[in-house]
Amino acid sequence: MTNAVVVEGLVKRFGENTALGGVDLTVSEGTVLGLLGPNGAGKTTVVRILSTLLRPDAGRAEVNGLDVLTQGDRVRATIGLTGQYAAVDEYLTGQENLEMVGRLYRLGGKEARLRAGELLERFELADAAHRPAKTYSGGMRRRLDIAASLIARPRVLFLDEPTTGLDPRSRLGMWEFIADLVSDGTTILLTTQYLEEADRLADRMVVIDKGEVIARGTADELKAQVGGERLELTVSSSAQLSAAAEALRPLAQGEPHRDEQTRRLSLPVTGGTETLAEGLRRLAGTDVRVLDIGLRRPDLDDVFLTLTGHAAEESAAEAGADAAPTAVSAGASR
Amino acid sequence: MTTLAETVSDSVTITRRNLIKVKRVPDLIVFATLSPIMFVLLFRYVFGSAIPIEGISYAEFLLPGIFAQTVVFGSTITGASLADDLQKGLIDRFRSLPMARSAVLVGRTVADLGLNVLTIVVMALTGLVVGWRIHSSVGEALAGFLILLLFAFAISWVMALVGLLVRTPEVVNNASFIVIFPLTFIANTFVPTDNFPTVLKTIADWNPVSAVVQAARELFGNTAPSLETSNAWPMQHPVPYVLAWVVVLLVVFVPLSVWAYLRTASR
Ligand SMILES: Nc1ncnc2c1ncn2[C@@H]1O[C@H](COP(=O)(O)OP(=O)(O)OP(=O)(O)O)[C@@H](O)[C@H]1O
Ligand SMILES: [Mg+2]
Repeated sequence: MTNAVVVEGLVKRFGENTALGGVDLTVSEGTVLGLLGPNGAGKTTVVRILSTLLRPDAGRAEVNGLDVLTQGDRVRATIGLTGQYAAVDEYLTGQENLEMVGRLYRLGGKEARLRAGELLERFELADAAHRPAKTYSGGMRRRLDIAASLIARPRVLFLDEPTTGLDPRSRLGMWEFIADLVSDGTTILLTTQYLEEADRLADRMVVIDKGEVIARGTADELKAQVGGERLELTVSSSAQLSAAAEALRPLAQGEPHRDEQTRRLSLPVTGGTETLAEGLRRLAGTDVRVLDIGLRRPDLDDVFLTLTGHAAEESAAEAGADAAPTAVSAGASR
Repeated sequence: MTTLAETVSDSVTITRRNLIKVKRVPDLIVFATLSPIMFVLLFRYVFGSAIPIEGISYAEFLLPGIFAQTVVFGSTITGASLADDLQKGLIDRFRSLPMARSAVLVGRTVADLGLNVLTIVVMALTGLVVGWRIHSSVGEALAGFLILLLFAFAISWVMALVGLLVRTPEVVNNASFIVIFPLTFIANTFVPTDNFPTVLKTIADWNPVSAVVQAARELFGNTAPSLETSNAWPMQHPVPYVLAWVVVLLVVFVPLSVWAYLRTASR
């Protein structure tokens, strides 16, 4: 399969600060790449270089086989960009905004008008089509912004946090829309803070932190890096944690993790629901009172926080085994 | 490569977009027209009563000066608007589109020229009410307005560069005020320069704004034989002097502004 986007050894510095320290990535034609990373990781910088807004200090980037540095004009004709912050003209109506962008993509006047109407309909902005964008809510502006980047049916689309600021219903709508675009053959590079979003939309993911790629693969591959399923339970008093741990130890594939504060016990297991049933049987034989028990598989949040959680201080091994607790402390310390 | 036709068409699209804003924000029109009216009235009646000018009414002497000052101030909107577009991320949006690279700036400066045309019409009508008259031919009068607008257009391109480099609309406004206020005051705009101290008089004689005003006065016929004109070359040849300034400003600042536009980014 050919690659719609190729990035090799991309370096970008802002003064002293190295925003990208040699990023490599590819996006196959017709697929979605999720670019993940904490604030300041360099996601937006990658998107801005690919959309010809910024020039890298070193490295190479191609979109649709065109070099972003030397063939900028032709690159711009085939891409759509939705930046991290909505870029709509407040004084123009929704319709006027889209028509303007359509004309600047060199659609004819009539085509721009039709396409604008279509997209306003699709993004549930038809009622507001003739109101200045100034009167739009944040979510409406965001949708208008995304509609603008789609007006010329770009072959490659860059979406920088497309659903940030959307309510859950609009977000679901956006996901459906993105899925439709992909089935029509559009290639998408998407950055997001919502791992559920990446899990749902992205075929492959690249996780960057401080300008370096720290992991890449499919969602399942990334989850496997963090570890398998865990048995988690909450007991009625912290004094019972040791007893519970003793009772379950034969099932555990590694060291159980206990948290006195939340009275929670978490242990790596295999065997799924049978192990869960066995665990309950073993606990029934003790005087431990279980308030809540369940199996948990790592989700992308665990992956994200484990990989980028700066949990090195807490020893790398623990960080790998104890995704959830590490996650809490990493989240709080930042 | 973008063709000339494409550049024109993109510039028209951007000009239209900028003018829609003028239509939607009535404040812009109100201030673009009210403040010159206020200026005309203030100077005509406050200064006019204290500044007797030999052989010509103060209203006739004053109006070309007010025209010049107002259109030069009018051009500062170019810088503030571009800084605003930068802050709102619109410049990023435009730069990611396959449009002509100069169109955003051309569309901006042309729209601001349009606003200046509107302003000058309002001021001329106000002037006629308070006693200003044109004593020349239609052709000369049009040439007078043209030279005012050409100079303002050239200043717009200077302001475009300032806006793209300074990036904060409020700062652009304050900065241009600091430069443009003296530029329009150390000149023959409101009073004859005969009695200026030598240094100021030299500055005034070579100040392009003085030449714009002098050219407009001559082209509107707002001069009198008794009114002495400085012997400095620019005051004796105001039209070629202004045109030379316009050409130099455009040759320097159009490429510089486009260069800055291509390198700028919203953050
Ligand atoms: N124009 C700029 N000037 C100086 N530093 C910049 C500029 N743009 C980005 N940076 C720096 O580069 C680094 C990467 O920024 P970038 O915006 O790419 O991060 P991000 O992953 O998009 O973050 P976020 O999730 O917060 O949007 C940050 O340290 C940021 O401060
Ligand atoms: Mg970002």
